[in-house]
Amino acid sequence: MTDFRTPRSRAQGLGAAGHGVGHWISERVSSVALIPLVLWGVFAILRLARSDYEMAVAWLASPVNAVLLALLTVVSFMHMHSGMRVVVEDYIHRRITKAGLLLLNLFVCALFGALALFSILKVALSGGAY
Amino acid sequence: MVELALPKNSRVQKGQHHPAPAGAKKVKTFKVYRYDPEGTENPRWDTYDVDVEACGPMVLDALIYIKNTMDPTLAFRRSCREGVCGSCAMNIGGRNTLACTHGWEEVPGQTCTISPLPHMPVIKDLVPDMTLFYAQYASIEPWLHTKTPEPQGEWLQTPADREKLDGLYECILCACCSTSCPSYWWNGDKYLGPAALLHAYRWLIDSRDEATGERLDDLEDPFKLYRCHTIMNCAQVCPKGLNPAKAIAEVKKMLVDRVV
Repeated sequence: MTDFRTPRSRAQGLGAAGHGVGHWISERVSSVALIPLVLWGVFAILRLARSDYEMAVAWLASPVNAVLLALLTVVSFMHMHSGMRVVVEDYIHRRITKAGLLLLNLFVCALFGALALFSILKVALSGGAY
Repeated sequence: MVELALPKNSRVQKGQHHPAPAGAKKVKTFKVYRYDPEGTENPRWDTYDVDVEACGPMVLDALIYIKNTMDPTLAFRRSCREGVCGSCAMNIGGRNTLACTHGWEEVPGQTCTISPLPHMPVIKDLVPDMTLFYAQYASIEPWLHTKTPEPQGEWLQTPADREKLDGLYECILCACCSTSCPSYWWNGDKYLGPAALLHAYRWLIDSRDEATGERLDDLEDPFKLYRCHTIMNCAQVCPKGLNPAKAIAEVKKMLVDRVV
């Protein structure tokens, strides 16, 4: 025992943050959304495996395919960010390392998510004519 | 903090061996964690060859036998010897349980390993420091909160509402669950742990309690409550057969009910 803080004070810490349920709900909602999206994604990739470049571009130019692929990408990156964040919070306790990894997680997910989304939109909106 | 190896001064070394008394008929070896806070040595594993024919059927009987006849320096907590006080919670054969209700015959093999509850500061031998654990229990304010003026008699409750407390009120706060939980190991300073959360739920669903909202406010926190990742070790080890993981899930559902 190196200080005179009471155990009750240590147990209460900084008090309840007053959030957490939103994160919990978004984890579950994105999981549920990813079930049909991933199944559709796998099915689509298997079908596209047999087509050539032009057919693939034409496929992506279809609004339904473009929107579903964009949703799959965005929801996946959001879900990944949310999951990795919990892993960092669980295991990393040094403040500077924790802050660094949380930022890295956010930036990597945002960058690759945005790149993927932009690429999908570029192909879809140009209809392959570029 | 996650640490993959124990700090240098906590590494457990080989200890002394106490052979069975002459004429022992049936011998089982008990490998016991020893730590002397007054010395400068690291903790050690002492082994005791116990004549189990001469002692009772439970691990606690074997520990008392060791203390009485082989090594009076061994320290452990015990009181009721029938699973209602929770004092003798320890890790037996790699699993948290009560020494008084766990038979040594249930531990497979020739050797029965006994160590204190995992990831707790050790005071001496098998005696962990439970201070923070009890303070976390106190922090959920485990008593009836009311605003309505006191009734003439008792606060009434229907038998159906009383039944909701079954599977919760039986908790004896032995800490087997909390100290088996990896989330509690890594974040025990901020995460309340399964035992405190089970009790929090016991007051949340008490039909007589009038502070449900305030109680939920105090729990809605990424660490206090949401460090529970449904690992389920708590439900697996509870010597009273309770399910803290389910109670925590119910708390999370109550928080969802507030917003959806």
